[in-house]
Amino acid sequence: MIRFVLTRLGLLVPTFLGITLLAFVLIRLVPGDPIETLAGERGLDPALHEKLRQEYGFDKPWLTQYAIYIGRVLHGDLGRSLITHEPVLSEFRSLFPATVELALCAIAFALPIGLGAGMLAAVRRNSIFDQGVMGVSLAGYSMPIFWWGLLLILLFSVELDLTPVSGRISVMYFIEPVTGFLLIDTLLSDQEGAFLSAVGHLILPSIVLGTVPLAVVARMTRSAMLEVLGEDYIRTARAKGLPSWRVIGLHALRNALIPVVTVIGLQISVLFTGAILTETIFSWPGVGKWLIESINRRDYPVLQGGTLLIGTTVMTVNLVVDLLYGLINPRIRYAK
Amino acid sequence: MPSPSAASSQPPHPLREFWQYFSVNRGAVAGLTVLAVVLVAALLADVISPHSPYATDSTVALTPPFWQHGGSLAFPLGTDAIGRDILSRLIHGARLSLTIGVSVVALSTVVGVVLGLAAGFARGAVDIAVMRAMDVLLTMPSLLLAIVIVAVLGPGLMNAMLAVAVVVLPHYVRVTRAAVLGELAKDYVTASRVSGAGTLRLMFKDVLPNCTAPLIVQASLGVSTAILDAAALGFLGLGAQPPSPEWGTMLADAREFVLRAWWVVTFPGLMILITVLACNLLGDGLRDALDPKLKV
Repeated sequence: MIRFVLTRLGLLVPTFLGITLLAFVLIRLVPGDPIETLAGERGLDPALHEKLRQEYGFDKPWLTQYAIYIGRVLHGDLGRSLITHEPVLSEFRSLFPATVELALCAIAFALPIGLGAGMLAAVRRNSIFDQGVMGVSLAGYSMPIFWWGLLLILLFSVELDLTPVSGRISVMYFIEPVTGFLLIDTLLSDQEGAFLSAVGHLILPSIVLGTVPLAVVARMTRSAMLEVLGEDYIRTARAKGLPSWRVIGLHALRNALIPVVTVIGLQISVLFTGAILTETIFSWPGVGKWLIESINRRDYPVLQGGTLLIGTTVMTVNLVVDLLYGLINPRIRYAK
Repeated sequence: MPSPSAASSQPPHPLREFWQYFSVNRGAVAGLTVLAVVLVAALLADVISPHSPYATDSTVALTPPFWQHGGSLAFPLGTDAIGRDILSRLIHGARLSLTIGVSVVALSTVVGVVLGLAAGFARGAVDIAVMRAMDVLLTMPSLLLAIVIVAVLGPGLMNAMLAVAVVVLPHYVRVTRAAVLGELAKDYVTASRVSGAGTLRLMFKDVLPNCTAPLIVQASLGVSTAILDAAALGFLGLGAQPPSPEWGTMLADAREFVLRAWWVVTFPGLMILITVLACNLLGDGLRDALDPKLKV
């Protein structure tokens, strides 16, 4: 197992270097003078220009510049936002919990429904229920979620007036950030109604963000389950006279979950993509909206630092999923 | 087990055989039909659309669809905030979306095949370099990467298409490389090599034709991804720019009217959903017919 962990950790290094290289090259590809791009001003004072040139190392060869950049990144220095003048890292930290909270709620919505629907569809193969699940999940998989979000707002917020249109919590409440997760912070703050307000604001965004993962999990669970249900040991379990729910819920599900876990792991990247769109639609103050705004404001340090941080986060989560995968499936661990 | 009579009769033409497998799948046939309709609409956009997609008329702004009170058959699906006919814009948008889907897939297939062939044939350092680079691209959330590329190149339809092509590239490289590695182990490659075929000939004349099935499947499913991603970029204001009738861009324009005019928001997204769904159905059908191994 230790060998397995070390190999996976070793594979991170080139990927991380690749991500830093991407972020490094990106800022230099922006048309115009890179120093003016990074400083956010045109027509800088020549003295200041020269000072910045040396500070960022633009007078040195590319490889040295890249080394300087890596050094700064490893020290947690990702530059400052041109607009707020806050360090990029601390802005990211204050916004990241909002995105994580949304993503977790989306998973909490998608996973149980997806697993349940997928399992039932597999057990009742070719039934109307099965065809319905497959049809709906294909539609979910093809869904432009930015439109889906607008439709849900149209129905639930405008027509039925059930849910709020945007934000994380009603403006009536001021919650001191403790964990950054509003569901926890509102409970800690003891303000009446704050928790429910936070929940209400989470419902639509979670559904929107959870739609594609839900479709993928349902499809994946169904096909994994179908495969497992055809195996000999399932027939043996049935022949032993075990009740059907035990065969399906325990014997089959455990093995069927293996590919599903991998797919859920891969969904992290999809979740970030979705978060950018969902946060934009619902004015959700997370990192996705932050990045889109950074583009509109030409705040390149934020774009560069945010890209790097999100890339690193996805990479780390992928690693964790990989390790978990090894844990639940010994066949992977001992392969090779 | 082949019966004697089957063995003596002619094998069916490959296309006929393909259609036999494909037509069993009702979803795939439905997808093909929908796409054919969208394609015809796109080709005949100038003939069949009742108005110009750019013609504005403030006197009819935000007219509802014809079946609602205040709607008229002159604007069957209503008009947007500056009085443009939504149906005409949707029809012209089909042209853009299909062009986007096809060009993105063509670009990433060509580049992906070349890189995948190079990685598969060269192995060693080239292989590692190409595949690691693809891993990095795959690690980045696709839309984020596309956004970053557009942010650097500047917003616009061409740049958005280029960005999406880069983002989906790793899938084509991986599929090609995997297929190439599978083929290289086969005897016909050795035979060809022994009889003196050069590497380029081996690559493009011998190995590549045998790798087409997974590539066709990947490409057909890739059209839907390309359309969806380009529309998302349009929605974020980074793709096609107004007044272009691109569906995602239309949605971005319509966002502020979500409270007043449901039709402005509903129809462009519905077109995206229908087209993408049709592409996915078609792709699934092609996969089942061409390459049953890939069936998930």
